[in-house]
Amino acid sequence: MNEMTPPNAATATTLKDWETDQEVRWCPGCGDYAILKAVQRTLPQLRADPANTVFVSGIGCSSRFPYYIESYGFHTIHGRAPAFATGIKLANPELDVWMVTGDGDGLSIGGNHLMHILRRNVNLQILLFNNEIYGLTKGQYSPTSRVGTTTPSTPLGSVDAPANPCAFALGAGARFVARGFDVSKNLPDVLVAAHAHQGAAFIEIFQNCVVYNKDVFEAFASPKGAEDRQLWLTHGEPMLFGSEKSCGIKGLRLDPESFSLKVVEVPPSDSGADWQAAGVLVHNARNRTLAHMLVEMPFGAFPMALGVIYDHPAATFEAGIIAERAKASEGKDSSLARLLAKGQTWTVSGTAADPI
Amino acid sequence: MATQAAEKPAQPANPGAGPSAANARAEASPDAVVVRFAGDSGDGMQLTGGQFTLSTALAGNDLATFPDFPAEIRAPQGTLFGVSAFQINFGSRQISTAGDAPDVLVAMNPAALKVNLEALKPGGLVIIDTGEFTKRNLDKAKYTSNPLEDGSLARWDVLAFDISALTIQAVKPFGLGNKDALRSKNMWTLGLALWMFDRDRQPIVDWLNAKFRKKPEIAAANIAALDAGHAYGETAELSGPLRKTFLPPAVQEPGLYRTVTGAEAISLGLVAGAQLAELPMFFGGYPITPASAILHHLARLKEFGVTTFQAEDEIAAICAAIGAAYAGQLGVTSSSGPGIALKGEAMGLAIMVELPLVIVNSQRGGPSTGLPTKTEQSDLYQAVYGRNGDAPMPVVAARSPGDAFDCAIEACRLATRYMTPVMLLTDGYIANAAEPWKVPDPEDYAPFPARFLEAPNAGDQLLPYKRNADGARPWIKPGTPGLMHRIGGIEKHVETGNIDYSPANHQLMTDARQSKISGVEIPLQEVAVGEQTGELAVVGWGSTYGPIRQAVRRWREKGRAVSHIHVRHIWPLPANLGELLAGFDNVLVPEMNTGQFKTVLRDQLLVDAQSLTKTSGQPFQIAELETAIGKYFDGIEGNEGGEVPPNSQQLPGREQGHDDGTQPDAPFHGAGSALPGEANPNKAVNQ
Ligand SMILES: Cc1ncc(C[n+]2csc(CCOP(=O)(O)OP(=O)(O)O)c2C)c(N)n1
Ligand code: SF4
Ligand SMILES: [Mg+2]
Repeated sequence: MNEMTPPNAATATTLKDWETDQEVRWCPGCGDYAILKAVQRTLPQLRADPANTVFVSGIGCSSRFPYYIESYGFHTIHGRAPAFATGIKLANPELDVWMVTGDGDGLSIGGNHLMHILRRNVNLQILLFNNEIYGLTKGQYSPTSRVGTTTPSTPLGSVDAPANPCAFALGAGARFVARGFDVSKNLPDVLVAAHAHQGAAFIEIFQNCVVYNKDVFEAFASPKGAEDRQLWLTHGEPMLFGSEKSCGIKGLRLDPESFSLKVVEVPPSDSGADWQAAGVLVHNARNRTLAHMLVEMPFGAFPMALGVIYDHPAATFEAGIIAERAKASEGKDSSLARLLAKGQTWTVSGTAADPI
Repeated sequence: MATQAAEKPAQPANPGAGPSAANARAEASPDAVVVRFAGDSGDGMQLTGGQFTLSTALAGNDLATFPDFPAEIRAPQGTLFGVSAFQINFGSRQISTAGDAPDVLVAMNPAALKVNLEALKPGGLVIIDTGEFTKRNLDKAKYTSNPLEDGSLARWDVLAFDISALTIQAVKPFGLGNKDALRSKNMWTLGLALWMFDRDRQPIVDWLNAKFRKKPEIAAANIAALDAGHAYGETAELSGPLRKTFLPPAVQEPGLYRTVTGAEAISLGLVAGAQLAELPMFFGGYPITPASAILHHLARLKEFGVTTFQAEDEIAAICAAIGAAYAGQLGVTSSSGPGIALKGEAMGLAIMVELPLVIVNSQRGGPSTGLPTKTEQSDLYQAVYGRNGDAPMPVVAARSPGDAFDCAIEACRLATRYMTPVMLLTDGYIANAAEPWKVPDPEDYAPFPARFLEAPNAGDQLLPYKRNADGARPWIKPGTPGLMHRIGGIEKHVETGNIDYSPANHQLMTDARQSKISGVEIPLQEVAVGEQTGELAVVGWGSTYGPIRQAVRRWREKGRAVSHIHVRHIWPLPANLGELLAGFDNVLVPEMNTGQFKTVLRDQLLVDAQSLTKTSGQPFQIAELETAIGKYFDGIEGNEGGEVPPNSQQLPGREQGHDDGTQPDAPFHGAGSALPGEANPNKAVNQ
């Protein structure tokens, strides 16, 4: 997010203002449409200025995103969006930059760059559309595909273990890690939180590739029984999920013996204090250890952790570079003529012997 | 160019028959001298050379240097491949190369002697530190008998004495242990060299005091060593072959001078280019020899609006620079061949989205890691052709350290005027070598302020790809109200820039990108030396400028119609080049590669250019070029051009850089050239 953008009349926009005249070319039913709408709905809410907003992407279905947002947009090359975004932010830290990448773009070819933009803490929002497949190249398995994923390049099913994007981000030193999914009504809230965070804000967005990896997130994303399988996290609130109507209210507790999270039943009551009796943890978005535990929870035995998992700002890369340049320039002479004549010099005087 | 003696036609077939350097030294005053300092990597020879260069420059001599150091960071002491050397050619006349064979060799240990002796001119002076000629060191240098005793040095004047002991004695009052005391050996040697050439010691004393400001006792010890070496000169003159030689200052254009290396000059030229374009500069780099020096220099120039970014790899370095260019800064990235290869895809994007960018390639020997610390010109194909798709880009090549300044400005000018990436070629030789440089006045350069589009350019409509008369599209900074648009690597509509891969549009856009670059306005080709027509045109580019110039001059003195044509603009080629070359009976293209520019010339100009190649990691010697030119005048058909063999007179010496001494006898090595080297233990390598 960009703290320097003053909210003013010029930045009062509607969803329509963020739509381009370009025909959207994703497959009908693709989760990318929902994400696009969520972003276009959120930008007016942020009072973002289209002229000051830049969408930068790599290559993939997801990376077509900038063409559909009426702002500045740069569709770059496969995997390298983080490097372009870093250059843009260093050249003009006042720009509000959103980076869009995919599971292949961001974690295979661009894994190195993604690691470094997170580590450096460049101030921008990173949206990683995870569909667990290479969409644009027609459905090969990706670094987030589950073991056994059958694709044209893995006809017998993939054998290698998938990467966990949020664990990767935390491991790289990210100071903001969140999760959402394409059709979730909570996605705009997650985007707002990411935008409010000063520094690299990483959001993994589960996205349904209806053509090559249909409904792989159905188990938690389907509206039916959602409350039992989704744990939406809010800082300072107990980590509760489920409902009395379905499988009952449950929560997460820390088991000190195994130093791991456990799902516990919270007996129904009127006082509402029973979650405490059950030992349910309160979410602390500044607790890095907890964040690691939440992103590593195996789905099935545990719900899917969603929302803002970790949010603990630190100094941004741009701020460091600006301070360094100011310090290096302090009291320094910036005359080019004097720079050129630096060091030990000598003068050849004009004499009769001067050559022409 | 070396000595007076070497000015005469060389007789390369048999160096022994050449004019003796002893004679040259005996002459009252030669007009140029070549000195080579050689020692173990740990002996500080580069420092000695650098300070000797400074004192030479301050004495008003013209000069050129050639530093050569092993790829290993800390090569084992005393070994052949751990020898580090620094050659300087200086004189009272114009100097354009680091010199052919040295007149004076300073050898700080047996390995340095072994590696460099062959290069020394017959009758030349060799100064030897006998203190290092222990059995152990002789063994390490693979000497079976002591050369000081076995008569093998008879062809040269030898001044052998215990420099180590004399240094220890000189610094004794400062209470240093022997090991520390011996570190001043290079200053002792420098003192002697300063005496030999009648130089003022004060600038070196000032430099030592500044360098060891926080350790005054170390400064004092070094100064004492310097003084002792100098005083020794007086004594040695009485008893040995040492003579004081004075070279009067070279006649140079009046003005303020300093020494500059190519890496410095490029950095300064980029800063100047950014200022002339009135833009802040963003420099993305990733360490690689010999390009890192540019990153190091620019990192210290932040007060000039420079942001340096050490990226995670070369790809990120160029991508960040393109990002910065997109946001309105002068984007610059720099690397050497392997890194330039990694940047290829991103260069294509910069060409596609038409953003200005300067890409500096400090060429080194290849392929792969190749010869990381040695020079070559073998990335010309890569620069001109090395990208996917039809992706043309202007290519400019620097010919010398000082020229690199102007070339860097030229690259910035072309990039911003034509909204295009530009490749600036330099090489390891130019990057490391120093030469006196007349300090330019920035006021002498015409500014080329960058212009950004501030309002729609087609009535109410924005057309991001609408071109101007130069074929350049407008530069639009994100943040500009009302000009939002999208760019990317997918083919885009000829005016709106929206995705459009229809056949006719791709044809139009390919043609537009092509014609923009072929229409780049560059100066007409001039003749560097000689007439506009003649028997032979020797066409060079890059760092071969100096030796070609001298070799052509020698043949002109012999009455031959030879001209030197030096091409700075490799792509596009100057419009009149074809016509110019057509005026010569023969065209010879010497290059430190296997004939890349020759191929470009043949292809573009249909000219029957002949290739003269050298890929030993050594620059061309004047004598080699002189011989090659002579082939056109010897009455023998069909012996022109070809490959110049590795040269044992030159740096790097033939024993340096061996892996295990089992180098096979390649055809050009000739008989008995595979000398045993040292096994290379796993050491850090300067890659
Ligand atoms: C250098 C390079 N290698 C390969 C490709 C081909 N390619 C395009 S998109 C893609 C994978 C995209 O996967 P992901 O990032 O998951 O995006 P999705 O299409 O699933 O949104 C690949 C391999 C390319 N464009 N460039
Ligand atoms: S291939 Fe998959 S990810 Fe790509 S547009 Fe179609 S549905 Fe969406
Ligand atoms: Mg994908």
